[in-house]
Order: sequence, then C-alpha cells, then structure tokens
Amino acid sequence: MFEKVWENHVVVPETADTPAVLFIDLHLTHEVTTPQAYTELRSRGLRLRRPDLTLATMDHSTPTRTEQVFGGVPIAVDSAAKQVQQLEINANEFGVELFNLQDSRRGIVHIIGPELGITQPGKTIVCGDSHTSTHGAFGALAFGIGTTEVGHVLATQCLLQRKPKTFAINVVNKLPTGVTAKDLILAIIGKIGVSGGTGYVLEYRGPAIEAMSMDERMTICNMSIEAGARAGMIAPDATTFDYLKATPRAPKGADWDAAVARWSQLPTDPGATFDRSIEIDAATLVPMVTYGTHPGMVAPVTGNVPASGDAVFEKALAYMGLKAGEPIRDVPVNNVFLGSCTNGRLSDLRRAAGVLRGHKLAAGVKMLVVPGSQAVKRAAEAEGLDQVFKSAGAEWRESGCSMCLGMNGDLVPAGHYSVSTSNRNFEGRQGQGARTLLASPETAAASAIRGRVTDPREFVPN
Amino acid sequence: MPAVTQIRSRTVALPATNIDTDQIIPARFLTSTSKAGFGKHLFADWRYDASGNAKPDFALNKPDAKGAAILVAGRNIGCGSSREHAPWALQDFGFAAVISTEFADIFRTNCLKNGLLPVLLDEKTHAWLLDHPNIEVTIDVASTTLTLPDGTKVNFPLEGFAKYCLLNGVDELGFLLSKSEAIAAYERVHR
Repeated sequence: MFEKVWENHVVVPETADTPAVLFIDLHLTHEVTTPQAYTELRSRGLRLRRPDLTLATMDHSTPTRTEQVFGGVPIAVDSAAKQVQQLEINANEFGVELFNLQDSRRGIVHIIGPELGITQPGKTIVCGDSHTSTHGAFGALAFGIGTTEVGHVLATQCLLQRKPKTFAINVVNKLPTGVTAKDLILAIIGKIGVSGGTGYVLEYRGPAIEAMSMDERMTICNMSIEAGARAGMIAPDATTFDYLKATPRAPKGADWDAAVARWSQLPTDPGATFDRSIEIDAATLVPMVTYGTHPGMVAPVTGNVPASGDAVFEKALAYMGLKAGEPIRDVPVNNVFLGSCTNGRLSDLRRAAGVLRGHKLAAGVKMLVVPGSQAVKRAAEAEGLDQVFKSAGAEWRESGCSMCLGMNGDLVPAGHYSVSTSNRNFEGRQGQGARTLLASPETAAASAIRGRVTDPREFVPN
Repeated sequence: MPAVTQIRSRTVALPATNIDTDQIIPARFLTSTSKAGFGKHLFADWRYDASGNAKPDFALNKPDAKGAAILVAGRNIGCGSSREHAPWALQDFGFAAVISTEFADIFRTNCLKNGLLPVLLDEKTHAWLLDHPNIEVTIDVASTTLTLPDGTKVNFPLEGFAKYCLLNGVDELGFLLSKSEAIAAYERVHR
C-alpha cells in the first residue's frame, strides 16, 4: 500500500545523488509552525502554488474558554494572540482557506481533515505537526514536517524525500471488552520502543484492526510517531468508505464511485513483503497506562512499575514520583484531561461519558474535557454528553489542543498527576513539573471517579 | 544557507537517551513568529530552576561549556514533536553539530535544513565521547570524518545530497523551484 501511494506521487524519481521530488495532495496548516515559512516566501517574492490544496486552522495556542473564543475577552497570552493574528494576515495575503477562532468548522488540524472528508485514501498529506500520521488511518501517506518543509510545500507543493522502509504490525485476534485502540497502540510502542519505527512507515493490519471504527484507527495511526515512525497506514475498506461518504467534501455521485474503485486498489497485495514485521495478539491485552516520561514506558493497569538499573529510567521515575514495584492501579490522580488529536473524537467522549454517567469526580480531582473540534462539541452536546461531564464536576470547553501541550495556558500544576488521553508524557509536556500518565478515555474517566489510577473494567458503563 | 565545511570545537555531553524536542524547547516558547532568539530557552526546564536561576550542575551551565559548538547526546535525540524550533534553539545557543547514535527522523531532517550537522557515530566512539566531555574534536563534512584528539578518524554516514547542500550552502527550496516544469507536468496529468 505504501509503495503504491509513493509511486503515484513521484514527480522526479530519486537517484543515488538526489532524493525524490514527491507531490503533496493536501497541506494542512496551523498557527504555530507556519509564520516563519510565510516570512521566507515573502522575502523571496514567492507565491503559494496551490491554495486549493492548502487549508489553515488554529488549534495549538488558541483558548478553550468560551468567553475567550466567542465573548471578545482577549487571548490571555499576548504572544499567542499575535500568532493567531499572524495566521489571519498570512492566510489572507496568500489566499489560504482559514477556519478562524469563531468558525464553526474549526478544530484540531488532525480532527477536521477527516471530518471534512478531505483526508482520503491514497493521498499524500503533510502538516507542520508530528501527529499528521493520524490521517494514515484512511490509507493516506501522511507525515509531519518542519517549518522549512512547510515553506517548500507552500511554494512548490512538493517535498524532497528518500523512500522509507516498511514495517508490518500484524494484530491478530480481537481486543477484549474494555480494552481500546489506545491500549493497543500503547502496547505496540511498549513492545517496539520509542525509536523502533524510526525510518519506517508502519502498516497496521490483521483482524483487530479490520474490526475497528475509523475513530479507533485514527487513535492507532496518531501515535505512530511515538514509536519513531513518521507515518502509519491502515488499508481502506468498507468502514473507511462509509465514514467518508457522509462527509461534506468527499467526492459525490459518479466521482464517488470512481474514487471508491480507485481506493479499493490501494491495499497491500497478497504476498507483498515488508522490510520488518511483528505480530501482536490483541486477545492478551489489558488497559495500559504509562508510568514514565516517554510513551514507551508503559505497563498494564493491573501491573506494577517495573524496575531497572538504568540512570535515565531512575531519573524518569524520580520525576514521576513513583517507585519500582509500586502498583500502577492506585497511583494518585489530581487532574484528568480528555481530548487531543489522539482521543478527542465523538466516540472517545461517548465512551468516557459512559463510564462517568451517574458518578462524581473524586474530591480534589479536576477534569477538563476538550472536544477535538467544534463539530465534535456540537454533536456531543446534541447527545447530552456535555451534561454528563458537567454533572460529574468536569469542565466542558471549546475545541483545541489545550492541555495536551499547554501552549494556550491550559496547564497541569507542578507535581500533580494527570491521567491524560493525549499522546505524550514527556517531562513538562502538560506544564512544568506536571506528571502525565497516558491512558484511554475509559481509564481516564474511571480514574477521575476514584481519584486514583483505575482499571475501567471495574465500572460497568451506564 | 551558509556553507558548512568543517567544525572544530570542544564538546558538551548530555548522555540522556530519548531527549525529546519538548525538552530541547518547551512548547510555551513556541508562540514566537520569528526564528530568532530561541537559544535562551534551550533546555529551559533542565537549565533553570523554578525561580529562573541557572542550575550549576547542568552540563550547558558549566563554565567549560561556554563556546562549545558540538553537542554529544544520548541515543534517539529529537524524538517527539516536529517543531523546527528545536534546531533553531540549538543553533542560536551556538551549536553547529549534534552527535548521537540515533536521530529521530523529523529532527534530523530539520537539522539538515538549517545546516546543523547531525553526526551519527558508532556506539564505541559515542560512549568514549560521553565519557570524555569538553575535549576538542574536528568534524569534516567533505570526508565525513570526525577526528578525535589522538588523531583517530571515525567515519559517519551522510546522504550525498545533504552533503552537497551543506558543502555548497545550497538551499533545497532553490533546487525544488528548479523542478517547476516537472511539477507542472505532474499537475497536468493528476488533476
């Protein structure tokens, strides 16, 4: 599948001396990693080559408090306000379609591409954000790039690339009840390590993957980068086509039929070989929680913090305030964050609400629920999910990246334990000194109720 | 981009493995719209205490780190976020090369785009450099060799195109723009 998408986009083939020139079908952009690229274009007198293949949203440094998004209250952080204004100036000057702060279509860049139906099988998709790997769930080749490369795509709609290797992750059998896509991808990262995918494009395959919804597949592909892989892909199938058919910008009528026929040719041919492959048995998995300072430091919620003599490992445990041998279940919890491009979609909110319904947050626990997009927010409100969260004592916010990286001021205080449905537990990721434990929406909700890390299977969803 | 041919400097060692880009430059400093000035925030949460004072035991704060242009880092440096602010911060601080046994993909690409040289070394030489910080080494791009103080030369891999760009100060955007006819031809076929 990767080979087919790659070959379809080679403008100039690679040689021993030069990388391939690869055409990009969709360039997603946001306020943080584009300003310096537009400055470069301006200084060289260059224009945007393909405005029709470029979309801008604002998500990283944007506020999530309703009064700041809609009420005219200024963005608290002055430099963030300037960055948002700069995106408006750049989009206007270069002719880019922009979903601004109040736009009903705005959201996290990796949530809105699929929602709109512009994320499609067989496309090459890039964005100045490492979680661009999310879009691979549709059988697209999607990867994160730096700001210099953002400038390359703005000016030429192409990138210079060496062809990566391929790595098959075969997930056999089915996930047990209460074990989610998030638990599976954390288990995969735990197995291959945070640099196990470096230099590879991952292809997730097998019965457990085929049984997943698009939301679940996006959770899987999203965290490919946490294993070091720039991209992760899943073969498009009827689930993919059903999802896309209902989206506003998917092809319509005869174009739709032609697209499905084309997309159906993309899956990897039987007998094709990968540079590397591993097998994971989904049936053996349990809910997973990270205990350290990178996503590969992960253990079953039923297990203990492992021991190691390694100095870096010890430093990570000291940062986390955890001891080897301590049970993961019952680690104290101060904060819970439900959201992000990993787990901020409607089905994630539904499943967390299913656990929370009829319960209250434990005393002293703060929970922030941040939908991945304004569309997710509206859909959740139409189902009354916001009321479930608010009744439990959680805060219900406007969409954005929010507490996943705390750029907008949504921060976890130093020393606090945060069970988070996001993707990175690096030191300081959610705030200086914050201690992040990555987990599924169900585990996050169950942990919010008990005020301690909790196996969500202890709660029967209402 | 200025040409990079040879780097002769003392080293600073940060032996931690998996140094992610959130450590190199924390997200709260990313609201700038310029490339300049990130050096003062490089490794901010490792360099400064809660009151903003430099931590004396952190490698970059030690007196002999002053002026060092080569960072020797543990395996898998630059994992995580694609933020190019990480190489910008390293360069603004004064680094011209980063040595490790493994580089995260996007970080490595971002380094090369800015002329910050990623030097991938074998484990033995790397371990020796971690054990002997603040020694002077010479990195030569044309011969892709690193020379240790005793004269030992060690090779490192560098893709031909990246080497050409570094040695000649070639900016890749110029190269891509020179392919505009091929791009237009591709666009005509793939409408």
